[in-house]
Amino acid sequence: MSALLSVTGLSVRFRMRQGRHIHAVTEVSFDLAAGECLALVGESGCGKSVLAAALLGLLPGNAQVRGAALLPQGPDLLSADETTMAKAVRGRQVGLVPQSPAAHLTPVRTVRAQLEETVRELTGVRRAEARTAALEAAERAAFPADHLDRHPHQLSGGLAQRAATALALVGDAPLLIADEPTTGLDRDLVEHTVDELRRHAEDGRGLLMITHDLAAAERIADRVAVMYAGRVVEIASAADFFGPPGPRHPYARGLLNALPEREFTPIPGNPPELGALPDGCAFAPRCTRVAKACRTDTPALVEGTACHFPLERTAPAGAGAGATAGMTGPRVGGGGPR
Amino acid sequence: MSGRAEQSNRSGQPKRSGEVPALALRGVTAGYERRAPVVRDVTLSIAEGEAVALLGPSGCGKSTLARVAALLHRPYAGTVTIGGETARGWRHRAPREQRTAVGVVFQQPRMSADPKLTLGALLTEPLRACGRGVEARRLGAELAREVGLDEELLGRRPHEVSDGQLQRACLARALVLRPRVLVCDEMTGMLDASTTAALVAVVERYRWRSGAALLAVGHDRGLLRRWCDRTLDFESAGGMTDSGSGGLRLRRAKDRPLKGAEHARTPRPPDTTTPAS
Repeated sequence: MSALLSVTGLSVRFRMRQGRHIHAVTEVSFDLAAGECLALVGESGCGKSVLAAALLGLLPGNAQVRGAALLPQGPDLLSADETTMAKAVRGRQVGLVPQSPAAHLTPVRTVRAQLEETVRELTGVRRAEARTAALEAAERAAFPADHLDRHPHQLSGGLAQRAATALALVGDAPLLIADEPTTGLDRDLVEHTVDELRRHAEDGRGLLMITHDLAAAERIADRVAVMYAGRVVEIASAADFFGPPGPRHPYARGLLNALPEREFTPIPGNPPELGALPDGCAFAPRCTRVAKACRTDTPALVEGTACHFPLERTAPAGAGAGATAGMTGPRVGGGGPR
Repeated sequence: MSGRAEQSNRSGQPKRSGEVPALALRGVTAGYERRAPVVRDVTLSIAEGEAVALLGPSGCGKSTLARVAALLHRPYAGTVTIGGETARGWRHRAPREQRTAVGVVFQQPRMSADPKLTLGALLTEPLRACGRGVEARRLGAELAREVGLDEELLGRRPHEVSDGQLQRACLARALVLRPRVLVCDEMTGMLDASTTAALVAVVERYRWRSGAALLAVGHDRGLLRRWCDRTLDFESAGGMTDSGSGGLRLRRAKDRPLKGAEHARTPRPPDTTTPAS
């Protein structure tokens, strides 16, 4: 299956004062297929949002980017200049569903005005047609038409989220990036929001959902990528990750076990500073399985796990068959939320 | 209405009869417009050492109630008692011994932290505000250890740390005056699973040692059931009364609550295979 987005060796460094560097993202590679939802999970400050900003060309000036991020037709997202990104990519090829939509919307204009402007910009229709197109866009994101003339501060968190989703869908972009789309929403709204995002992926779009909410990821993702200290340390099919086989990287296992539904036990220690990463595996100082090699050699991502001593999958034969094959595409028959 | 509230209160004294509740709200009506209060006639009582969760969707008024309980918002009607003493003022007018008996942690650490203070100054600010600044250095270091903040982080300002680290500092600030009641308003709403479990363990360790009561507000049912002794559903504005012993909307936590520090200290069981080193 051809990938909708193919990221290889993506690294982002921030140049700081006194020649220091923050290694926000290091050597990240993954593919995203059409109709697939990939959830990128990890603790706050692990580089998830920087990765999204890199794919959208929204990094600040002191960022140095390496690697490639290719869309099937279109430029390399990492090397394209700002004009290309603004005119041809953002909104058209890659849509963004932002974190805290209430802050993302323009506070002094109504939702209708913002939708119409976006429709005019992205599709080039005239003002009169933009009106009906904006209504359609609102409808696609299930934004109620009688709230269109409200300002962002008059919307609840859930409605603001839908307004932002409507804006992201206007350009019919094949790739949607949702950066923490559910922060601060209550459980019902979280489920509603991610179900809607999932629905938009169903008709051939790809969805990259960045989140720290493992329950939301479990609900809609086909595959899960776990980030730690800027690296993807595990990438697995959601069924294996959340199901009985379980994660193979000790960090991913620990993150899952921290859930109140599971052991509710935190991973000891704190994540390392991205400006002063230890040699070897960045998780070694917190890891219960640490050995000598962990402190000197950085493990490569092999068969979906970047660990010298990955945990065994506990599944019986058959259930774990897709464990590594899960790298290539969406779950067979991967339907709606479970 | 008030009659019913009083009645449910009379019949619903905390199970440990004879004890003075650590925190009690009686017939509280509060909000931001007198004609349309967000919470109406709410009665709720929390025993010493008890952990009570208040569950409800966004916008149901649970945060307003938490602010009333923390003496940060003056209700239109009703009383709040802390350790048996009726609250005599709100916000800065609250008498110091009442104000400092309640510690509060809010959902968004960025909005509840002064961006100009270093984390070290932030978490000891309540001490200075109470004229106990001389203890700041010693207690600050102690608390930072307690909540899992590296010493090096204490010199940084909020924009230089992650949400999780800043929330640890905010929790330390809430604990620095050793409150008898802790109010956590969506404390972990922005945090990942591991940081959530870590902060809950810090709160439980503190409560285990000090016997403080807890009012945890949120919408994560799984988390609050695991964390608290009992959970109350806050279904819609004002619809809640707490009978203390099994009212309609009162539900006992099914899971065993996290018990003090033992749970947090228990090392994780060794994995099935040990690495060949």
